[in-house]
Parts: sequence; C-alpha cells; structure tokens
Amino acid sequence: MTAHPPPSRSYPPGEHPDLPPPPATTGIPGWLRANLFSSPFNSLMTVLAVWLIYLFVDAAGGWMIFDSVLHADSRVACQAIDSGACWAVVTTRLDQFVYGFYPAAERWRPNLAFALLLAALVPVLFSAVPMRRALLWCAAAYPFVAAWLIHGGFGLPVVETGRYGGFMLTLIIGVTGISASLPLGILLALGRQSKLLALRILSTAFIEFSRGVPLITLLFVASTMLNYFLPPGTSFDLLVRVLIMVSLFAAAYLAEAVRGGLQAIPRGQYEAAEALGLSRWTTTRRIILPQALKIAIPGMVNVFVGLYKDSTLVVIIGLLDPLGIARAVLADAKWNGLATETYLFVALFFFLSCFAISRYSLWLERRLATGHQRASMP
Amino acid sequence: MIRIAGLHKWYGDFHALKDIDLSVSEGERIVICGPSGSGKSTLIRCINRLEDHQRGSISVGGTELTRDVRDIERIRSEVGMVFQHFNLFPHLTVLENCTLAPLWVRKMPAAAAEARAREYLARVRIPEQADKYPGQLSGGQQQRVAIARALCMEPKVMLFDEPTSALDPEMIKEVLDTMIELAESGMTMLVVSHEMGFARRVADRVIFMDGGEIIEDAPPADFFDNPQNERTRLFLSRILDH
Repeated sequence: MTAHPPPSRSYPPGEHPDLPPPPATTGIPGWLRANLFSSPFNSLMTVLAVWLIYLFVDAAGGWMIFDSVLHADSRVACQAIDSGACWAVVTTRLDQFVYGFYPAAERWRPNLAFALLLAALVPVLFSAVPMRRALLWCAAAYPFVAAWLIHGGFGLPVVETGRYGGFMLTLIIGVTGISASLPLGILLALGRQSKLLALRILSTAFIEFSRGVPLITLLFVASTMLNYFLPPGTSFDLLVRVLIMVSLFAAAYLAEAVRGGLQAIPRGQYEAAEALGLSRWTTTRRIILPQALKIAIPGMVNVFVGLYKDSTLVVIIGLLDPLGIARAVLADAKWNGLATETYLFVALFFFLSCFAISRYSLWLERRLATGHQRASMP
Repeated sequence: MIRIAGLHKWYGDFHALKDIDLSVSEGERIVICGPSGSGKSTLIRCINRLEDHQRGSISVGGTELTRDVRDIERIRSEVGMVFQHFNLFPHLTVLENCTLAPLWVRKMPAAAAEARAREYLARVRIPEQADKYPGQLSGGQQQRVAIARALCMEPKVMLFDEPTSALDPEMIKEVLDTMIELAESGMTMLVVSHEMGFARRVADRVIFMDGGEIIEDAPPADFFDNPQNERTRLFLSRILDH
C-alpha cells in the first residue's frame, strides 16, 4: 500500500473561502465546451449537424424562398417566372384557406370572433392578469358570443355552417373541442375514481368505448346514423354533431391523462385534508385537482394537440377544413400538380399552432413548479 | 374529552386493535409508545376516522363517532393532527396551508383567517416563512408549519403521529420545543412517539402498546422507574440502554 501524502493546504481547517469557478466553465466558452465540444464524439456530431443544416438550407432555402413565385395566374405562369416553389397557388386562394366559403361581406364577424378569442384567452392562460376573476367570467361568455357572431341570428344575417371552412373551421373545432373536453374529461376521471360503483362503471365504460373506436367511425356516425336516433323532424346541424363527437372522443383520452395525475397524489394529501375536516368536494377542488392537473399537463397537451390535428379528419365527411380546401384547389386544372406547395402551407399552419400550444404548456409547467422538489434557499 | 370503549379493529383477517379502553380528560397529555406494528398509530387514527373501527365506541367532546359524515366532519374539525411526513400541501404557500381549513370549514372571512394563521406561525416561530412554499423549508420548519396548520382550526385535541421520526437529528429539538410549549398552554394531546425525554417531561400518562393491546398505562415516573409488565420492561430496556 502506498502512503498517501497529506493534502497540501493553503488555508487552515474551517477557513476555506468560497472561490470563483475556473473561467473555462462559465460564460459562452464554458457553454460551448460543455454542450457542443465536451468530447471528440460530441465535437464530431456538432460538425455533422452543422453540415446537415447547411445542406438542407442550401437545397430547400432556394426552392422555398429565393427562387419561389408569390403571385401568378396559373402553374404555367409560375414556371415561366422562376424555377422554385409556386406559392401563387396559396396566395390566390388565401381567402378560401382562411374562411372556406364564408361570404366576403360578413368576414368581419369571424375576424372579430378571432380577436375576441385572443382577448378571452389572456385571463385563462395567464394568472398574473389584473382583475382576473372578472375577466374569467367574460371569457366564460365567449363561446356564446362567438357562436352568435359566426353563425348569426338576433340581428345578424345567418351564415349556414356548410359554408365554414379553412383554418376558421379548424379553430372552431379545436377551440370548442378543447374547452368542452377539459371539464368533461376531468369529471370522467373523477368518476372513474369514485367510491360509487355505478358512477365508476359508467365512466369506465364510456372511456373504454370512446378510446376503443377510431374517431373516423364516430364522425361517420355523426354524419349519417345520428339522424336515425333522433325523433323525426329534428334536424341537427352536421357541424354541431361533429363538435359533440370530437369533444366526447377527446374527453375520454383526457380522462386517462388526468387519471394518471390523480394516481400520483400521495395518500397523505387526502389524509391531511380529511384530518382538517375539509369536505370531499373542497379536498378535490383545492388540494387534489390543482396538483393532479399540474402533473397531467404533458399528457393533456398531448391530447389537445392530437385533437387539433385530428380535426382534419372531418374532410372525410365533406366538411371543408384546410385539407378539404387543398383538395378542391388542386382539382382546379390551373393549379394541377402543386400538391407539395399546398400541403406544405397547411402543414406550416398546423405546426405553428401546435408549437405555440406546446411552448405554452412548458412555460406553465415551469411556472407551477413549486412541487415536492426543494427550490434553492434565498 | 375522548372516551374509547371496547374498541376492536381488523385489517382483513389481521386483528390490529383488541378491546381498547381509553379515556382522556381535558388538558391531559398522553404519550403512546410501543414496537412497530403494535397498533399505536392505528389507535389515534381511529379517533378522527382516518381508519374505521368494527366494534366498540369512540366519542370525542360528547359526539359519538358513527358512519354519519356530518359527525365525522364535526369531530375532525375539533381534532387536529400532525403526521410523520408532515403532509403539507406543496402547491400552496405556508400561509395558504394554514388558512385553507379556517376558510373552507369554519367559513371565516379571509382577513380573520390570515390574521389567525400569522398568529400561529409566530407561535411556532416561523412567521417570516409565511409566503414560501413548503418545498423551500427544512424538515423541522415543515413540521412546525404542520402544527400551526392544525392549530389554526383551534382544535380541542391534538393528535401527533410520530411527529419527529422523519426528521434529521438536529431538527428534532425545534419540533419538540414547539410541542412542549403547546403542552404547557394546556392543550389536550395524544402523542405517538419514542421521544422518552419528551414523555418524561410533559406527559401525564405514558401508554405502552404491544400486539394491538394496551399493556401499561401509568404516569411517567411509575412507567419509567417501576414498569409493571415484563413486556414494558423489555421494550424500555431496548430503547433506553445504549
């Protein structure tokens, strides 16, 4: 055994001051070294990634941006101008991509509804808003105001739902689906955990049935069969039927995400609430749900993003969502063969909205992270 | 204050509590000790119905504990409880932990509930932590918040279920000091604990449980210096001799 020499010390025991970290571990050089060049393999991957990004930008950038054509009358006219993407197929039909066949004179109504949507979302999404409670009540009235604005009646000319389309239709299905499925999904998750056997069986049966059936079949049921079940003479708007089906379908998935959160709450939280004499409802509302929903955020956002994108399935029962419009546009002889540009544009719209949803959820998770883990002492 | 008669409890086939008789009068401080699995935690958890019993009766402050939810909630609002693992609500600040039950059970106005919470946080000596989250506090501080949270309901009885067992050694004293002060203020207390120094100092009676039964029930002087039962002597020799 080799004898270890005593460590050389420049300070007496107990009097070692806090020293600054070595310079190469902090700031931009430190970050570069730690993240991009920490090992030969890491350095190799960094160089490779930069090269791949260069290749992509070099190839696609020219086609998508520099050599592209924004305005032209037809595909042939596009090709005569430049060799890149022919975005003219999108720009000439932009109105249809946004509104479907909503009458041009009434388009201020969905525009206003969209502006109000953004305003209504502020108090819902952010808790630091002044007078949030009052604003939340206004936000609760939003669905009715928006339905009136878009559909009409009570002084506004009625626009039939068959004329809605494009991104407007996607937003209608997405926003309605999310806001209706959230409360429903929470109730289903609570029902599945209930001590009342009947309630538990009903909730479980509903969840398992909805999850076990493809959304497409539910949409077909909505478009064809539902009328057989309703009393004769009642006509039920197709869009309303679709909204109901989409909401129920998403609620079942959401219920499972929430259940995951509920099951992660330690038994001690229930016991502490019981020991204080809190009622079952107050315990659920004030103690259990706030924690369970926080845990369930990633799963719930997953469901929402899925719902939002699944709204494109309505094209199969003849609603003109962006994919339906794309089909119609591509069927036009003037624009034949421009599928790449058309679908890229639709994909970009979906990507941007889904990316916004996902960023918001990450931000929310961070803001709510008071959790069980210990934060640093001030 | 508390009257338990002929209490039996089973977990499935396991007979956890066997014919327990126990009376606690107002202002009495009782420490319950015994080996693990002896039923001591189960006993105090029966008092506020965190566990239900199958035979016998429990009454607290004159209210008989039955299946009736209103009786259970009334008793729970009069009986405070402190847990081994604190069980604070991690998503609420310290202050909100303390005001929650006064607001929603006692229906107190917000300002009064907050004033009361700050008063009790000062009594357990952590008024400056009111706006932090439980996760930012040390174990000892969390347990003192848990005590303040229970006291904010101004209970007639306080139950402590091994309040110092999950704490680092240097934090045990601050929690015991808080409990001693509470005992000296005249609170009726049932404490499941192996802190024999605490028992000797504040308990009116020390109870030893083993195998779901009360084996010995005596004032601390008799309990420690002249235990009657062989099992008590064995237990004491195990935990006191080092």
